[in-house]
Amino acid sequence: MRLKYLALAAGAAAMMAGSLVTVPASAQDKIYIPLLTYRTGPFAGSGTVIADGLHDYFTLLNERDGGIGGVKLEVEECETGYNAQKGVECYEKTKGKGAIVYNPYSTGITLQLIPKAPVDKIPVLSMGYGLSATAVGEKFPWTFNAPATYWSQMSAIIKYIDTQGGVKGKKIGFIYLDVGYGREPIPILEELSKEMGFSVLKVPVGVKEMQNQSSHWLQVRKERPDWMIMWGWGAMNPTAIKEAVKIRYPMDKFIGVWWSGGNVDVRPAGKTAKGYLSANFHGTGANFPAIQDILKHVVDKGLSQAKRETVGDNFYNRGVMNAVVTAEAIRTAQKLTGKKVINGEDMRKGLENLDITAERLKEIGFDGFTNPIKVTCKDHAGAHAIYIQQWDGESWSKVSDWIEPMRDRVRPKLEAAANAYVKDKPGWQTQSCS
Amino acid sequence: MFYRENGQFKTSYAADQAVFPILQDRIALAALLFVLFVVVPFTFSDFWLNSVLTPTLIFALAAIGLNLLTGYAGQLSLGTGGFMGCGAYACYKLTTIFPDVNIIILIFLSGIFAAAIGFIFGLPSLRIKGFYLAIATLASQFFLEWAFGRVAWLYNYNASGAIEVPTRTLFELPITGPTATSATRYLVVLAIVLVLTFVASNLVHGRIGRAWMAVRDMDIAAELIGIRLLRTKLLAFTISSYFCGVAGAMMVFLWLGAAEVESFDINHSFLILFMVIIGGLGSIIGCFMGAIFIWNLPILLRSTFGGLIDAATVEHISFMIVGALIIFFLIVEPHGLARLWQIAKEKLRLWPFPY
Repeated sequence: MRLKYLALAAGAAAMMAGSLVTVPASAQDKIYIPLLTYRTGPFAGSGTVIADGLHDYFTLLNERDGGIGGVKLEVEECETGYNAQKGVECYEKTKGKGAIVYNPYSTGITLQLIPKAPVDKIPVLSMGYGLSATAVGEKFPWTFNAPATYWSQMSAIIKYIDTQGGVKGKKIGFIYLDVGYGREPIPILEELSKEMGFSVLKVPVGVKEMQNQSSHWLQVRKERPDWMIMWGWGAMNPTAIKEAVKIRYPMDKFIGVWWSGGNVDVRPAGKTAKGYLSANFHGTGANFPAIQDILKHVVDKGLSQAKRETVGDNFYNRGVMNAVVTAEAIRTAQKLTGKKVINGEDMRKGLENLDITAERLKEIGFDGFTNPIKVTCKDHAGAHAIYIQQWDGESWSKVSDWIEPMRDRVRPKLEAAANAYVKDKPGWQTQSCS
Repeated sequence: MFYRENGQFKTSYAADQAVFPILQDRIALAALLFVLFVVVPFTFSDFWLNSVLTPTLIFALAAIGLNLLTGYAGQLSLGTGGFMGCGAYACYKLTTIFPDVNIIILIFLSGIFAAAIGFIFGLPSLRIKGFYLAIATLASQFFLEWAFGRVAWLYNYNASGAIEVPTRTLFELPITGPTATSATRYLVVLAIVLVLTFVASNLVHGRIGRAWMAVRDMDIAAELIGIRLLRTKLLAFTISSYFCGVAGAMMVFLWLGAAEVESFDINHSFLILFMVIIGGLGSIIGCFMGAIFIWNLPILLRSTFGGLIDAATVEHISFMIVGALIIFFLIVEPHGLARLWQIAKEKLRLWPFPY
């Protein structure tokens, strides 16, 4: 009995001590960037590589250049596990430390943060994910989804299919993770199918069935769609690709969203996945001067959690790209405001005036890494164009030019969606772009 | 020493049967309420209000709901997440259909929809018991999850499939939506939880609670002394679901601000069940203790180790420590934290010579 109370008392004492640990005040000479990442849970396979990419580029800026504009960056990761509740908890915990921008890395978390952003005056940068309608800057002053939205991507993929033998009269299968993220492009897909005359077969995959998709692919085998488009994430991707191989679905008719094109996704199927296509908006591989710098200044010094061979993987570069957009926006904000240490409102200005030209990309060691991005007040998505890459069994190769989305079809739908979002929210903060 | 009841004479039956018979308890409770209502909202940070206190209170209410069913009436349920979802989606539908009705009324009303669903899924409870009933409630959980994801009418055909909370006001002060401050939301949650806790406490101390406990301890004996089993069990299911429904509506409207199906999945049911088991089956105060323990331990671990090691490792460590502590508590005190609290109180009354 004595031991029991001793243990309980020790536990209680430990809890008291723990609650006394205070959150350290943020230093005023640093720019604080919280990263909502996930290295645990069913989506860790995709999330870890992205987190490494993000983390390593910021570390590179600190190590090589001493930060941005002479101000060091303080980067803190907060583990969300791709869970919206934990994501919000991370947000609440870090926003008081002077966070200047949030990268939620989950459409579910993004949806929760969109209404919080104007209240707390901290912009949300959902780089290539989140709510497509937030590209309409007039209605969403605080949310950015450069370089492209899911809707513009879907239209670009359909455009690509159209160049490969037309879409009229074809049947297109759409297999997606049945959460906010996977459902996001459905409205545009359905409208395009009406306008362009193809039929759609929807195959939702629940989070619980992610690693057991045999019934879904049985349906695909029965219905025989001419093309398959996938909006998958985490463990869903490698499973879907393996199942597609198993039913002998032609891999060169199978296109993944840019989140379904990780090296971790195709490697389990290896050579058999040869021919699999995936959308992308940045370069892969480590043959960029800045990524070589990451290897030299960060990875080789042991400052990264990434293995040397994953540097240059598609998702690693996605994380780097996210960090580049963030860093360039900070630079723009510093230039615009003349301040060195910026806050959330300055960062919003920086993101809204972000202009990453081809020359600028070359300057920072990313020559040809991505299409130039120009964000404006009206258009918070910036570049929009994507390209299609193909897996050759060992690495990705670019098989298409940059494909512009169907701007004239997508933009009015984005605006309608943005209006619908704002309509039932009296007092929603908008801005006028003249 | 301070905690002694010498000189406190009970001169009526009502005083003798009071929930808090000892004066010191009543003073402590009054002081606690004063701190929670007056001191906390003005002094605590947003993180404390929004990520610690509000969720703890909401989970405590959900745990009370489950405890009425599992701890008092003895019907094991794994459908808590689904019933909470019922309340949340009902509240969302109600407030979009009737935007002018006060949101607090709607939160209370939405519990009725959850109660109706709970009533339907409680019907098999007369015929099936124990593990088999748990499986039946599991079916309700999966069915409800499916409905929240597939029936587009429930989330107003939103493209994202998520429900988002609009701004609603009480006396011109926003209490839901992004413009509501965490202090107002916390106060609303605290008030609702207190009212319902009072109701629950009266229920379990009265005729209905005694009937539930009789059914729990031996249903044949209960039937023999004139308790109608079906009615009692169904009442337990209905009232339990009502509490869970209100907790779910508050979770979305006063805490998260938006929710998807994943917010109400089976893990959520298990989380509430752990709170009830750790806190103590058949105890109202145990629900609060369980919620405080289960919800705040990972947060505490994260903030303690947060700066020292990287985020993912902290997450793994916190999983392991929470798991180990659950096992530790189940071995050391299978009746939960409420029983520990009771023992501590008994010892304190005899202090400095406890035996």
